[in-house]
Amino acid sequence: MTPTYYLLLSALLFSLGAVGVLVRRNAIVVFMCVELMLNAVNLTLVTFSRMHGELDGQVMGFFVMVVAAAEVVVGLTIIMSIFRTRRSASVDDSNLLKY
Amino acid sequence: MSWTLIALLLLPLVGSVVVAFLRGNDRIAKFVALGFSLVELALAVVAWVAYDPSSTARLQLTSSAEWIPTFGVHLSFGVDGIALVMIALIAFLMPVVIGGAWSDKLPEGRSASGFFSLLLAMQTGMVGVFAATDVFVFYVFFEAVLVPMYFLIGRFGGPNRQYAAMKFFLYSLLGGLIMLASVIGLYVTSADKLGQGTLDWATLVTVMKDAPTSTQIWLFLGFFIAFAIKAPLVPLHTWLPDAGAEAPVGAGVLLVGILDKIGTFGFLRYCLPLFPAASKELAPVVLSLAVVGIIYGSLLAVGQTDMKRFVAYTSIAHFGFIALGIFAFSSQAGTGAVLYMVNHGISTGMLFLVVGMVMSRGGSRLIQDYGGMAKLTPVLGGLFFVAGLSSLALPGTNSFVSEFLVLIGSYPNQPVFTIVSTLGMVLAALYVLWVYQRVFQGPVRGTALLSVAGGPGTAKDPERSAIKDLDKRELAVLAPLVALILVLGFYPKPVLDVITPSIGATLSEVGVIDPVAQEGK
Amino acid sequence: MTEPVAASGLASLAWLLLALPAFGAAVLLLAGKRADRWGHLLGCATIIAAFGYGLALFFTTIGQSGEERTSELHLFDWIPVGALDVEFGLRLDPLSLTFVLLITGVGSLIHIYSVGYMAHEDGRRKFFAYLNLFVSAMLLLVLGNGFVTLYFGWEGVGLASYLLIGWYQYKPEAASAAKKAFLMNRVGDLGLAIAIFIMFNELGTTQYTDVFARVDELSSGSILAITLLLLLGACGKSGQFPLQAWLPDAMAGPTPVSALIHAATMVTAGVYLIARSNPIYNLSADGRLVVMIIGGVTLLIGCVIGCAYDDFKKVLAYSTVSQIGYMILAVGLGPVGYALGIMHLLTHGFFKAGLFLGAGSVMHGMNDEGNIRRMGGLAKYMPITFATWALGYLALIGIPPFSGFFSKDAIIAAAFGEPGWRGYVFGGVALLGAALTAFYMTRLLILVFLGKPRWKELRTSEDGREYHPHESPWSMRIPMIVLAVGSVGAGFFLENGHRLADWLEPSLGPLEETHGAIGHTTVAILSVALSVVGAAVAFLLFGRKPQPTERPLRVSFPVRAARADLYGNALNEALFARPGTWLTRALVFVDNKGVDGLVNGTAALLGGSSGRLRRLQTGFVRSYALSMLLGAICVLGALLMVRFS
Repeated sequence: MTPTYYLLLSALLFSLGAVGVLVRRNAIVVFMCVELMLNAVNLTLVTFSRMHGELDGQVMGFFVMVVAAAEVVVGLTIIMSIFRTRRSASVDDSNLLKY
Repeated sequence: MSWTLIALLLLPLVGSVVVAFLRGNDRIAKFVALGFSLVELALAVVAWVAYDPSSTARLQLTSSAEWIPTFGVHLSFGVDGIALVMIALIAFLMPVVIGGAWSDKLPEGRSASGFFSLLLAMQTGMVGVFAATDVFVFYVFFEAVLVPMYFLIGRFGGPNRQYAAMKFFLYSLLGGLIMLASVIGLYVTSADKLGQGTLDWATLVTVMKDAPTSTQIWLFLGFFIAFAIKAPLVPLHTWLPDAGAEAPVGAGVLLVGILDKIGTFGFLRYCLPLFPAASKELAPVVLSLAVVGIIYGSLLAVGQTDMKRFVAYTSIAHFGFIALGIFAFSSQAGTGAVLYMVNHGISTGMLFLVVGMVMSRGGSRLIQDYGGMAKLTPVLGGLFFVAGLSSLALPGTNSFVSEFLVLIGSYPNQPVFTIVSTLGMVLAALYVLWVYQRVFQGPVRGTALLSVAGGPGTAKDPERSAIKDLDKRELAVLAPLVALILVLGFYPKPVLDVITPSIGATLSEVGVIDPVAQEGK
Repeated sequence: MTEPVAASGLASLAWLLLALPAFGAAVLLLAGKRADRWGHLLGCATIIAAFGYGLALFFTTIGQSGEERTSELHLFDWIPVGALDVEFGLRLDPLSLTFVLLITGVGSLIHIYSVGYMAHEDGRRKFFAYLNLFVSAMLLLVLGNGFVTLYFGWEGVGLASYLLIGWYQYKPEAASAAKKAFLMNRVGDLGLAIAIFIMFNELGTTQYTDVFARVDELSSGSILAITLLLLLGACGKSGQFPLQAWLPDAMAGPTPVSALIHAATMVTAGVYLIARSNPIYNLSADGRLVVMIIGGVTLLIGCVIGCAYDDFKKVLAYSTVSQIGYMILAVGLGPVGYALGIMHLLTHGFFKAGLFLGAGSVMHGMNDEGNIRRMGGLAKYMPITFATWALGYLALIGIPPFSGFFSKDAIIAAAFGEPGWRGYVFGGVALLGAALTAFYMTRLLILVFLGKPRWKELRTSEDGREYHPHESPWSMRIPMIVLAVGSVGAGFFLENGHRLADWLEPSLGPLEETHGAIGHTTVAILSVALSVVGAAVAFLLFGRKPQPTERPLRVSFPVRAARADLYGNALNEALFARPGTWLTRALVFVDNKGVDGLVNGTAALLGGSSGRLRRLQTGFVRSYALSMLLGAICVLGALLMVRFS
């Protein structure tokens, strides 16, 4: 098998995610874009794992998924509580930690 | 295993915790603190008796336990004659300091129990610094004493205390971190040599003896900078006048009396034996700094307008003498330097206390706010004068013996430096007598005295003045200091006998012989 | 030099000499106000007891043979470190015993005098405590058996002198004078200290016995250095050029202090030091020449300035400066002069102390007035003071058979005995000094005791009290009488049959005879004649017409210069005091703004730059994400570069 297509797709997805994180303001969308990037990486890991016939990459993929799940739980909670207090889900509005 | 040092270390720590829990009962807290410090003094006497100066052992009263085996670090303690006299000095000064700070006015919202608890915590730290025989343990205590001192200055000090405390802390921390690099360097060097690295001081002395000079110089500098900040040598001295001036009197006594001696003690215990080649190589540099410090510190002491800063600058001059004695490499100069460390603790400590007593009466630190005070408070004036005489090293007082030993011992090796530093003797007379003249002699004047006394009319009449002479507590605080000043001035032999063998051992570790040989013995 | 033997018998109690006055001082200082009633009695008792012991010791020693007369008493090891072994011990030999008698004898008289003189002072006990402290330190100075114990006493008397000059410490000028005295003494002390360092370096010891026994091991350069440095010490303590300026200022202290410390004993310590170190000075003719020059210069300076002053005590102070100049000149002559210097020191101790006590008595009766222009004709009101003063006066100007004649003439004759030009120069200077001495002392005598009573015109002293001159109480009169007897007879007694020189021989070596260009008899005739001329000139100038009560302002340059201390103080001021003040101020500035500025500047720099840097923290999450992305790209780029380059 040739990994080229898989890697290209992964790179495309990662770029989409990165651009989304950078340009979108809605926290939920940013969040989804982060998930997209994580899954793009997962795709790469699995591809290489398959290519080399080793399980390490797939194990890493599982780890990423577990971490992503945990992240979703914590992240969504934070976004929810910010939205409750500020009535806004824009990432630019929450800038209390600036200088 | 000897438990004396461990008891000396732990007792003040226990006291500190106990006193801290007595918040709200300031009176009881004071007595408990005084009690702990007196028991500690008794323990120090036990240690003094147990120490055998004629023994050939380099370190005595030793004890050791494994701490961090990976890095070869042991919790080990022990003393030589030099450390012993310093520990005795700490134990002696602590009750005096507690008595001196007995009725200090503390800043708003601060409790006396906190103050005395911190003082006792300081004591543990200081004893640890002098008793440690593992370089890492020494480093830990070296940094640990900063913490209580930082709070003593920053919470209980004068109006500008935050600035002074921060400056003190940053300066010392900077030095400590540079030293840490050298400590690691020592570990690496010993690991290269022995296979298994160690930080045990006695082992390191033998390891470092043959280390290449360039290695020694780099490691020496790391230690030296830390100690030169502590001691303080010009030009790393500017934290001392600020810290000394802002610290509460009791903490100030400990600061210049003991804490600064860590620097000079470090020269003797770490710089010289661990890096003999570097010490010899760099001695001219250190001596120049020392002599500059003597003259510079004295001249600045002459020019001060603030009494506490004045005391701090006199100390800078005195530290110049101590450093001169240490790096002149003779048994007289070295012994004199160690005795100077003790004497400076006593006489400058007394000067600090007396200045504190003047300030508690007039409420001002500025010299110009006083004048003719001897008429109102003759006993205070007399004791200020005694402290001053000790500071200017008049024969008959303790400091003369040490200053004389430093100079006469330095002359054979370093005649030029010695002759220049004798100028410090004249300047010392000038700064002491001039301050005494401005504060105590002449007609009664100065806003501090006149306003407290309730106007010019009452101040002229000592009987009716609101300014009272020393009370019984203050006399009891100063009396032991005066007694020690005179005793050590006339009969310093017991102390000299403890110090001299250790200096001899240090000099042989450096690999120098006395310039003036002992004949026929 | 004779080797000392261990002290035994009565001499083994010699520590009492130090302990008695020290004990008195300690008790008086510690007892406080409780001692007000009996303090002065204790002070006198301890000194008189010390004097009694000293006399007993003296007579025991006289009964011994020459070799046994030098003994040492070891008390304890003072500073033993390695090769250095400074012991605290006493050396009892003819020289130190002579001084013991002088110090405790004159000291006793002045203690007794002070009981009356200080009767109206607050805290009289403290005054006696300080006097006792002085006597104790001075005895240590002369009795110590090494240079370090000498240094101890040396600085100890400096301390006592400081305390007593500053007795009226609420007066700013007294406080300043005390400080000045201590400082100038310290400058001299440096010389002594460095000399001790050199001895230790070369010989490994500082005890007299060892140093003197091995003095020929010293290199000639070291010997010269030691002689000059000891001379510096002597200059500081004895008010010799160029450190003479403190002594006249020291007259701000009470008069008994001036008599005891600044005339009879402490200021002569320099002479003692040089005489004691005679084995060293014997080896250096150059060193001795410098000593002689200093002595000669000082004796002229003292005379010249003494002619111009109007303050009773300051004239006497400059007279002391010049008389000590004679003594320094004498000991500078070497083996021909050591004993002569000591003899003049002793006779001077008698008559100068007497003169000072007389001055004190006059001032006591004249509302503490010190300005001689406001006096005059006092002989009638104070007959005993006048009589004793006049005897001292005759002794000082060297009229035979009073004591000054014997001691001073011997010095002048010995100075003429120097070879070549030196004999004429130093002899001539000494002769000139004798004439000037007679001049200023006669002026003093006339202005104070003779002539018209000018105080009658003024009626009151400057503080508004009316003048009622009166004779002093007996406690003051007796010491004056005793000292007057001494000033009459001491010279003949000591000179007769070389009594003093023979007695001092174990300490100073035999007194050598000189045969100069001018014989002894000629010198004696010359000096007496010159003294008479000096006195006559003074009488012509001051005795025949009434003197103004204010000092004349339109005077010639020499008088103005003399009144300004020959510009010595101005020179000190310009060379040391003012540049010192500037230097100090500049350094304080440099330390605050420069050294500390660097530290604070570093802190400010760090603070400022971090203030700028934190602006990067905009708070926009997306900009952080962008920077992370860019960072990741950079890392990636770097990796690829490494991989493919």
